[in-house]
Amino acid sequence: MSDKLVGQPLVRKEDPRLLRGDGRYVDDLGRGALAAAFVRSPNAHARIADIDVTDALDVEGLVAVYTYEDLPGRIAEPLPLLIPHPDLTHPRTPYCLAKDEVNHVGEAVVMVVATDRYIAEDAAERIVVTYEDLPPVVGIDQARAAQRLVHDEVPGNVAAHSVQTNGKGDAHEAIAAAPHRLSLDLKIERSASMPMEGKGVLAHWDADDRTLRVHTSTQTSTSVRLAVAAKLELPPDRVEVITPDVGGGFGVKIVHPWPEEILVPWAAMKLGRDVKWVEDRREHFISSAHERGQQQHVEVGFDGDGRLRGLSVEIWHDNGAYVPYGIIVPIVTSTQLLGPYKVGAYRVEFTSLYTNTVIVTPYRGAGRPQGVFAMERTMDAIAEYLGLDRLAVREANLIQPEEMPYDQGLVFQDGRPLIYDSGDYPTMLRMIRELVGWDGFEAERAAAAAEGRRIGIGIGAYVEGTGMGPYEGAHVKVETTGEIVVSTGLTTQGQGHYTSLAQIAADVLGVGVANVTVITGDTRRFKYAVGTFASRAIVTSGNAVAIAAGKVAEKAKRIAAAALGGGADPADLELVDGTVRRRDEPTVSIDLRTVAVLSNPLRYAFDEAAKAATQFAAAVGTGDEPGLEATGYYMPERSTFAAGAHGVVVETDPETADIRILRYCVVHDCGVVVNPRIVEGQVHGGVAQGVGGALYERIVYDDAGQLVNASYMDFLIPFATEVPHIQTAHMVTASGVNPLGLKGAGEAGVIPTSAAVASAIEDAEGLSLRRMPISPSELYELRKTRTTRETGKEQVSA
Amino acid sequence: MTEQLHQITVTVNGVTRRGETPARRLLADFLRMDLGLTGTHLGCEHGVCGACTVLLDDVPVRSCLIFAVSVDGHAITTVEGCCDPGGELGPVQQAFQECHGLQCGFCTPGFITTITAYLEENPKPTEEEAREAIGGNLCRCTGYQNIVAAVLRAAEIKSEREAPHE
Repeated sequence: MSDKLVGQPLVRKEDPRLLRGDGRYVDDLGRGALAAAFVRSPNAHARIADIDVTDALDVEGLVAVYTYEDLPGRIAEPLPLLIPHPDLTHPRTPYCLAKDEVNHVGEAVVMVVATDRYIAEDAAERIVVTYEDLPPVVGIDQARAAQRLVHDEVPGNVAAHSVQTNGKGDAHEAIAAAPHRLSLDLKIERSASMPMEGKGVLAHWDADDRTLRVHTSTQTSTSVRLAVAAKLELPPDRVEVITPDVGGGFGVKIVHPWPEEILVPWAAMKLGRDVKWVEDRREHFISSAHERGQQQHVEVGFDGDGRLRGLSVEIWHDNGAYVPYGIIVPIVTSTQLLGPYKVGAYRVEFTSLYTNTVIVTPYRGAGRPQGVFAMERTMDAIAEYLGLDRLAVREANLIQPEEMPYDQGLVFQDGRPLIYDSGDYPTMLRMIRELVGWDGFEAERAAAAAEGRRIGIGIGAYVEGTGMGPYEGAHVKVETTGEIVVSTGLTTQGQGHYTSLAQIAADVLGVGVANVTVITGDTRRFKYAVGTFASRAIVTSGNAVAIAAGKVAEKAKRIAAAALGGGADPADLELVDGTVRRRDEPTVSIDLRTVAVLSNPLRYAFDEAAKAATQFAAAVGTGDEPGLEATGYYMPERSTFAAGAHGVVVETDPETADIRILRYCVVHDCGVVVNPRIVEGQVHGGVAQGVGGALYERIVYDDAGQLVNASYMDFLIPFATEVPHIQTAHMVTASGVNPLGLKGAGEAGVIPTSAAVASAIEDAEGLSLRRMPISPSELYELRKTRTTRETGKEQVSA
Repeated sequence: MTEQLHQITVTVNGVTRRGETPARRLLADFLRMDLGLTGTHLGCEHGVCGACTVLLDDVPVRSCLIFAVSVDGHAITTVEGCCDPGGELGPVQQAFQECHGLQCGFCTPGFITTITAYLEENPKPTEEEAREAIGGNLCRCTGYQNIVAAVLRAAEIKSEREAPHE
């Protein structure tokens, strides 16, 4: 129906508040709260010999100083391993405050609480911690060599080792038997989510009510609540966790509980005062989380058309000093590497390694950019080897629409089979071919060359598992004012849920979005939820909102049928324009808000509207429940699979090796689109992060384990001047897994960017790129290798 | 050792505000903590991201790099002051909503103030100029494309609103 709100590019309901400066982020709350600051380890690997707080005690305004020795009960135990896995044989998680040993620069050692942050930092800098240095393990090479150990009792620095095969034969045999073979050694460097707002926690202990209220900048308030209750040994019903406005997450804020999420509430209870901690930027660099760092070895066997017979991939994954979030990232790399392709026999093996660096947990894309990099580099290497068109090689390997649902024969990150639900990959590649101008590019290249310019074109395709379970829920209520209040447990950090979820509810209830208020991430309003990550929010909460709103609509019809009389059957009614009315006779109608009044049989008429609902007029059946409201849950059977292809044209300066993106094109399929404006924005933002990951952003540790570029001056997030204009085209293959046909869109933009940009630079330069990101100076150096290759002195890999 | 406090008088969003502040207190903290104007956000506290940008005598400055005492006697405009006199969204704010120029909204106040000042200087920017104008502010959500569009749209709205009424 064309008047449906789902599918409309509505402007966002949340914007006016945020635009006026009326947003409420954690640091905007709790004026007058005590402030916490942390003494963090300046060493990558050391034993703590002594902590001397004497000098800090003179600081006026100091309230408390805590070290590990002060922590009671379960707070003194290591933080939880959130996602255990049988292959994760040597899990290690950090303590809230370091106990005896530190394993990365930035690890919290001492907590200081004072009357404000300035004073807390004054005190923190007067605390003297004496360390006995231990040799650090920095980088994958050192971790693999295992000459030094991060954790004494973890042999080889190996946290996890995993092998998966797809049940389509022995990969090594298939490769050996194939007409052609190639091998590639690849590398992706570390990057990080870097939301503009860091983490932050505000805790309020109500001693009279024995209730703890925690505001935290998280991607999962419900799980923080359970974790805080467990650690502080409080009944969960005494803990409320509220996610206020969040200044971006991109993965890093799904990790929980952070040490600060336990320590700040604990201090608030202990001191009987509100306590707040807000992370500063350097803290975010050295004590939150990073991602991406991997080395990969690919072996592939293929026929003369470039069709894959067998693929074997080995991955070495740097998981940092601890693994509180388990091994989700390398699992995702291993499984999502396959993309839209049939690869014949597949074997993937990963080793997840400890290093004396910040923990590694999902950053938008969550292991997929690395997997897509491996697969797409392989496709380009095959095309180069066979002298075939790069798109033709990809097309030869695509899963066809009629093969859907397609079982890749692996176990996905949710523990369920990796079965693609839907998709039309040949159309997707046809669309990107046209959008980026693939077929006319040789003329373009020649024209540029005539001007002394060097340009190249590249492509990257991916499939992304989205909308995973276990579930999300929603509560939908029609107030007697006619306002619809939708509450869902997962959180929002800029994705526009207040608008897109309102569109879904409004359609079901026959109202406008202006009548719908959406509340997210507040455990006082909805206690059951998983969280906002893995491009799952619109799929899981979206369907839950539709289910809950559907129940409300049914109840509204039951009550309205009774109220309208005349033998109206609920099935003959419809919800339109804020009324419930007869389909065959629309003038016979009742306002939805009146139905809300009637839904609550009253003994006492406190106002005019309530008079209509007193017991002498009530329309609610004896078997019904009061209130025009309902709760609904959506529990997906398995993930949905979105897909996309990016095409990019770059120019490389023949002299300076500067790299410029001239054209960036995206074909994107996330199933049914709820709000195209929001989806488009998600794609843009993802691509910008992808461009950062391809050309600018890298976390750099020196040999001592010092993070040498822990600032926005040195870690190069792209500004507007670095991000190209992005052309997008959408296709819709509706998912059959969920009632609304949705797939997620949050991570899409970032996934194939490094692969596509690498492909384009290779094409411009005629050399092999095996490592990302790439800077102009690295390209300059790489050109010298090409000169060597051309003179036959050295073979570049592949 | 109690910190010495300094009396300052600042005109903030057109209103005279007086405060007592330690010499080391950042302007951003003064605005946020002492005046309760929390629309100004701190993203990096080292002058790169631009989220804390406010107008000091109509010129964009990083309020994380300025001490509150140093603006004594001057005029400050924050994002809260970028609304129209009637309280409705100002041209730049309106354009951001229309063009979906914000997602999480954390960096947005710095863009709003920066663009508000820029359009006074250049009321009809080209797309390239618009991109350059926001080249000193970081946004991690939007990829900037819709912010560039918002600069152009804001210029239109501003000129419509400022056009003399018949």
